[in-house]
Amino acid sequence: MGLNQRTALDLIESVKRGKINSSDIIKDVLKRIKDVDSKINAFAHLNSAEDLFKNAEGKKSGRLAGIPVALKDNLCENDRLTTCSSKILSGFKPPYSATVVKKLEDEGAIILGKTNMDEFAFGSSCETSCYGTTRNPWDTKRIPGGSSGGSAAAVAADEAVMALGSDTGGSIRQPAALCGVVGMKPTYGRVSRYGLIAFASSLDQIGPITKDVSDCALLLSVISGHDESDSTSADMPVPDYTDFLGSEIRGMRAGVPKEYFVEGSDPEVEKSVRKAIETFRGMGVEIVELDLPHTKYAVGTYYIIASAEASSNLSRFDGVQYGHRSSSSKDIIDLYSATRSEGFGDEAKRRIMLGAYVLSSGYYDAYYLKASKVRTKIKEDFDNAFKKCDVILTPTSPTPAFKAGEKMNDPLNMYLSDVYTIPANLAGIPAVSVPCGFTKSGLPIGLQIIAQAFREDNIIKAAHAFEVTAKCNNRKPDLG
Amino acid sequence: MGYAINIGLEVHLQLSTKSKVFCRCSTKFGSEPNSQACPVCLGLPGSLPVLNEEAFRYSIKAAIALNCKIAEVIKFDRKNYYYPDLPKNFQISQYDKPVAQNGILTIKTKGGLKDIRIKRVHLEEDAGKLFHKGGYSLVDYNRAGTPLLEIVSEPDLTSPDDTYEYLTSLKAVLRYLGISDCNMEEGSLRCDANISLREESSEGLGVKTELKNMNSFKGVRNALEYEAKRQASLLEDEEKISQETRLWNEEKGVTLSMRGKEEAHDYRYFPEPDLMPFTVDKVMVNHIKEGLPELPMARQARFISEYKIPEYDASVLIQEKEIADFFEKAIKKHDNPKGVANWMMGDITAILNASNISITQTSLLPENLARMVKMVDSGAISVKIAKAILPDMVKSGGRPDELVEKKGLAQISSKGELEEIISKVMAENDESVSDYRSGKKNALTFLVGQVMKATRGKANPGMVNEILLSKLN
Repeated sequence: MGLNQRTALDLIESVKRGKINSSDIIKDVLKRIKDVDSKINAFAHLNSAEDLFKNAEGKKSGRLAGIPVALKDNLCENDRLTTCSSKILSGFKPPYSATVVKKLEDEGAIILGKTNMDEFAFGSSCETSCYGTTRNPWDTKRIPGGSSGGSAAAVAADEAVMALGSDTGGSIRQPAALCGVVGMKPTYGRVSRYGLIAFASSLDQIGPITKDVSDCALLLSVISGHDESDSTSADMPVPDYTDFLGSEIRGMRAGVPKEYFVEGSDPEVEKSVRKAIETFRGMGVEIVELDLPHTKYAVGTYYIIASAEASSNLSRFDGVQYGHRSSSSKDIIDLYSATRSEGFGDEAKRRIMLGAYVLSSGYYDAYYLKASKVRTKIKEDFDNAFKKCDVILTPTSPTPAFKAGEKMNDPLNMYLSDVYTIPANLAGIPAVSVPCGFTKSGLPIGLQIIAQAFREDNIIKAAHAFEVTAKCNNRKPDLG
Repeated sequence: MGYAINIGLEVHLQLSTKSKVFCRCSTKFGSEPNSQACPVCLGLPGSLPVLNEEAFRYSIKAAIALNCKIAEVIKFDRKNYYYPDLPKNFQISQYDKPVAQNGILTIKTKGGLKDIRIKRVHLEEDAGKLFHKGGYSLVDYNRAGTPLLEIVSEPDLTSPDDTYEYLTSLKAVLRYLGISDCNMEEGSLRCDANISLREESSEGLGVKTELKNMNSFKGVRNALEYEAKRQASLLEDEEKISQETRLWNEEKGVTLSMRGKEEAHDYRYFPEPDLMPFTVDKVMVNHIKEGLPELPMARQARFISEYKIPEYDASVLIQEKEIADFFEKAIKKHDNPKGVANWMMGDITAILNASNISITQTSLLPENLARMVKMVDSGAISVKIAKAILPDMVKSGGRPDELVEKKGLAQISSKGELEEIISKVMAENDESVSDYRSGKKNALTFLVGQVMKATRGKANPGMVNEILLSKLN
């Protein structure tokens, strides 16, 4: 088995014992990228082999000693291309590193490069990137999910040991589910957003995408914590989440909301998730029926709030300071409109227009303000639910990976890919997707486990126990 | 027909904090372009704002001094518009929940004291600066992110003169608080004015215009005077006033239309998601309240009652806190408030204005000014000699008695010495002596002058007069 196929915890053990060194891991990872990335297109920017080996030299200490980690293309890395897979940021090299990137480096990780994503994280299929579509390693005719599709595909295809993604409405969990890996969106405020190029500031969270729950716990421990540079980061102690691995979950209460098992879901997905719930019952977990009555408003609420914030966050891309600048402008207004017309793709334009519309004078109350109120209702649904249970179990995505191009001309249908993941973002609570089975045609299915704010420990306990018992992540995609 | 004027002001104030409002960059004025800029104030992708607590405390100081009601929860909003000096193409500001509302600033008017209502006080960030060259423009982001306090008055001002007074009083208050330089010429205080006219008998407000581009308090007054006349003549001719923004042209002394109401921006305000709302700490507010200095109006009243100086003198002395502090220190050493006040309002102000410096930038010490006034009062030196040594005291900071001695300027007050000199002068000017004795009394002035000349101005003038008269009569 190549080193690239092993988990980080396993590799770190070997690095620390001196059996292998970081360069050995880099070598296997680079070979794998060379062999398969032409089929997958997981990477937008790969750091040079020379740099990687140089960085790997002597990396023996730290919680991620010598581990190559891939970053989503919206995480700023000092003097390295960071472009949100958008033409408008072509050539952009930030003069600083995101807090999470510094934390990774401080723990001895090697940054591999940037993974492909939907442009500015607008999408659920990794098809809106200016670098082309990323393919699902389990079936390269299909999409990997999005927007952190590159990170999920890279980990699934063993092109990276672990990766970071960002999740605004499901962008870590949905691709993790579709690629058969583990992906967690932490509590809003658990991880610093400083250096994450914002999509929707009140919803965005950075989180781990890993081969198993143990690595998820490890990476989460490294990236979590208060940051003076992010006013929205929580000033709360960070446990070592690996301490919760192997915990007894007998007596835990798991809620199952009926709103997440409705018509329109793929029957194979529902069957697989129902089976997972029975597995939990078999482990001594009490299964509780739940009502989350405002769930049906989540997608609409999300598209108003997220687009409103995005329209403002993206207004800085104007060709004045950095990135793409139209060469054919007569005056400043022309510079703005030509730069943005050329630089943004269709989905980005759609969301900017939607966001500007819902914030505009005369419409604000009817849309943005109303959506903010509904958001509070959705949060209250969860508050009530967690009086009855410790975790909530749902499907991550209503369907397994769909075919490339299938939903590109049907934005509404595409938006519904996130119907089960969006509520956790609106409520600011943590959720993970763990593999819970495969369809008959061999596509992975994900189980979502949601917990209360800052109770990632409960998620890790439940997800790890399930992983160990259900043994759903012992297959690898066949990429020849 | 008579018209009543209503004026409301929007004042933008740069707070004099060491660092910017949402990052740690310096706010120093006049540095190399773009040398005080970081990812946050450049609005680079991924950067996030963090509120500077000092800027927030400054805004609370202003709110207390302006008698405002302070918000319980502080929240910021984004004001979205495109402009090349605005790095994020939105400004972090406050929309529906400003730091403070409903305040009062008391001003002096010809008709006595008047309360001007303050509508709101809010905190926001400044933009960068554009420099237009031939075919292109350059941006300096050093100013971007400097904390700005916006203070909006209700339309309670009823004349350009009152408006001038409002600005003067506001500046005095803010400078006492030490939260802004309030220098309109350097741009640390900027002011837009809304003005409307209505028939004196009517209740509601007329259609207003907004005036921009005034660069001094006088400019504000002039622009308002022009605009009041322009609106009055339109109303006389029964023409409509259009609600618009007009730019003051200082050179031509006119206001010109810039944009109409229909072109007004839609700023698409919404809550700034990168800054969490927070509850104002009442203990902190009380602490600030207790630490506030005595404010100008209170100080003026105290100066009049405690030191028995005229109202005019008090109003001049309290204008700048440094001057008022200096005055109080000086009169503690020599109890002649009116005497010290005269020197401060006269010669000292002239010297300060000539070199455009403040009193604390000079070497003049309050105790030395007190010594000098005391020497004049006791007759040790003449006013003329005091005037001669004062510039040296300001420049190099010496004691007046030492300067007098060093320069050999001490007054001659010895009766014997003076009698000797006077006798000599009378002998040399026997014609004038006989003129006086024959009734031409103004010959005395000539003789006094000759004595002063002979002593190079050092003779005690009172004694010279006395001795001369006794010798002549």
